[in-house]
Amino acid sequence: MSMRARCSRNGASGTEEAMAEAESGNSKRVLIVGAGIAGMQAALDIANSGYQVVLVDRLPSVGGHMHQLSETFPTLDCAQCIMTPRTVDVGRHARIKLHVYSEIEAISGEIGNFQVRIRRKPAYVNWDLCTACGACSEKCPQSIPVAFDRNLEMARVMASGKVRHEGTGKAIYTLSPQAVPKKPVIDVDYCTWFQKGKCRLCEKVCPVGAIDYEQGPAWFEEQVGAIILATGYELYPLEKLGEYGGGQVPDVIDGLAMERLLSASGPTAGVVRRPSDGREPREVAWIQCAGSRDPELAMPYCSKICCMYSAKQAMIYKHKVHDGQAYVFYIDIRSAGKRYEEFVQRAMEEDRVLYVRGKVSKVFREGDKVMVWGVDTLTGLPVEVAADLVVISSAMIASAGTQELAEMLGLEADEFGWWTEVEGNLAPLETKRPGVFLAGAGTGPKDIPEAVSQGSGAAGKVLSLLARWDGELDPGRQGG
Amino acid sequence: MKVSYFPGCTLNTTGKGFDNAVRASAAAVGLELAELPEWNCCGATYPLIIDNMLELAAPAHVLVAARNEGSTLTTACTTCYNVLKRTNGFIRAHVEERDRINTFIEAEYSGEVEVKDILHLLRDDVGFDAVRDKVRTPLQGLKLACYYGCMVLRPPAEVAYDDPDHPQSLDDLMAALGATAVDFPHKNECCGAYLAVKDPAVTREMVYTILKSAQAAGAEAMVTNCPLCQFNLDRQQAQMHQSRAGYRPIPVFYFSQLLGLALGLDASEYGWERHYVDARPLLKERGFWNGRSNG
Repeated sequence: MSMRARCSRNGASGTEEAMAEAESGNSKRVLIVGAGIAGMQAALDIANSGYQVVLVDRLPSVGGHMHQLSETFPTLDCAQCIMTPRTVDVGRHARIKLHVYSEIEAISGEIGNFQVRIRRKPAYVNWDLCTACGACSEKCPQSIPVAFDRNLEMARVMASGKVRHEGTGKAIYTLSPQAVPKKPVIDVDYCTWFQKGKCRLCEKVCPVGAIDYEQGPAWFEEQVGAIILATGYELYPLEKLGEYGGGQVPDVIDGLAMERLLSASGPTAGVVRRPSDGREPREVAWIQCAGSRDPELAMPYCSKICCMYSAKQAMIYKHKVHDGQAYVFYIDIRSAGKRYEEFVQRAMEEDRVLYVRGKVSKVFREGDKVMVWGVDTLTGLPVEVAADLVVISSAMIASAGTQELAEMLGLEADEFGWWTEVEGNLAPLETKRPGVFLAGAGTGPKDIPEAVSQGSGAAGKVLSLLARWDGELDPGRQGG
Repeated sequence: MKVSYFPGCTLNTTGKGFDNAVRASAAAVGLELAELPEWNCCGATYPLIIDNMLELAAPAHVLVAARNEGSTLTTACTTCYNVLKRTNGFIRAHVEERDRINTFIEAEYSGEVEVKDILHLLRDDVGFDAVRDKVRTPLQGLKLACYYGCMVLRPPAEVAYDDPDHPQSLDDLMAALGATAVDFPHKNECCGAYLAVKDPAVTREMVYTILKSAQAAGAEAMVTNCPLCQFNLDRQQAQMHQSRAGYRPIPVFYFSQLLGLALGLDASEYGWERHYVDARPLLKERGFWNGRSNG
């Protein structure tokens, strides 16, 4: 009896499901804000369980920061290779509705019945018509700094025929060659038509007439029963780190920029070059805890991933520049994770990365070198390194817009902008608002395995809700 | 604009030339400095022990004296500025401790005075554009490295009116006087401060780093707003040849000396004879000198 009831439900058509939902008043669709690795994991877990997902991201494509990474620790897997199956799944899943290049404008209602208003920014391209042929980007005359590549200005590299990946680096662009969905947007701050009122070259070369300079924003209303916030992180801006050059020294870059420099899909196709003159850096210094663990001037917390990614980057650098010298300036090494400590030891012992225990006090340009002044607290002596490239492990900070979203939901972000869990120990994925869950680095610094675990965890929380609502509709489950 | 002026011990003694130049140039740009009728030691260092109220009594006494004269107190000594500014901030923020200080110095003071460094006043209240309009001898072609005392930069939240890592106010003032301020990475590097007493060799090396970098950037002279920085940069050069063979010394100016000269004031009493590296030959060579020939 109960089996038959369940079978008939599973076989129900969309109309019957909608009717059942209307009866119970509970919408079994789920909104996920942020399509990084945590949000994608949650989306796939929920969608694969048979429920509808509405996945929103403000960038034109899914994947978040993991998409920018060159390799992952401690396995040195290629980040894009291991995540591409996921982005593709997310992009073509029948039960995942994607709203990219979109932001949440309003949320009302309550658990079981949230009304969400989503605003899609104008891409100036009709994505329904676009076939992603790439002709527009190919012909676009206007080059732009690539935000996905952390705006690295590769002076000489560019002059000598910079590696331009298909679809990127122009005023009409896709986020990366592997972008999902692979639909272009126009950057109006650079587009010659929007800036100077002439060009319209992309319109002429588009074979399907998809370019639409008059396109405005579009609004969508979605009804969902539960929400997962996977809003992620950003990096503390170098401009605020005056002692490390304040963002004014081209060969002082942050960790994500180094990922792009090392990545095969980056501005140098993975060949290690430095931004100022395109030369191969012979001495590279990594500086830990820049803006982290600094209660006086910046963030008091530990950003958690830097010890590991610096070891990884130094290791990859050494694999690419065998006779180069890598230095890591650290306060202490925090390698708490499965096979993490072994990984750091490997960087020290096998790849001969030189670890210097001490803070760096100052970074400045001298001639074509970047001078690093620090201290070796093990010998008690000051250290000066004349580096060619300096990588700053700047603090992870909550992504912009978290505060606005919190206000919309009547939730709180803490004093640093991270989402506040209802209870850090036993309810780390729950907010004080029923039906709203958390996943990923939006609650604080996390590495990939943690973010993925949280994505699955939040999906599990949501699925148990949905299953209960199903049970209420299913007489065969009552009392079972 | 009339402002209370606190000279401090250094500007009353070894830095008398700095003081003379400050007073004369301030008057020339319409800033009337009224020396406090009665003043005492600023305390010399801001106490690092938070509960030692006694050390705040001296600066608090100065602040009370200033309150009785007007709303703003200025000083050209960076150390005095640091101590007075921080003491004032402390008194504003700590009610209980304020009462204890007031009881001790027999006063009623809650931080009403605004303490401003003289360079800050020149920048924001007089304006460098107004200064530029009054320049009579532009210091055309003079390449200067502007060097900022830490006392006006740190701790930033309490005293800084400029970017503590990349300060600019002195550079802008020198540009207003017609000089060229070179960019160099050690504008705010430590001069060694009181190590000059305990370990002059260490100070000399610290100063060498700064001077070498400034000269590499093309500077013909240094200019600073801090008496202790001026002393260290200037004094250590006199012995630099002991550790750095072939070192070529450059003059170290107080900013007010150059301000006075550019404004066309009589610079005879600006304390030139106290410089270890004589600044006059450079000024004479460039035609900026206007003091008496024996001055």
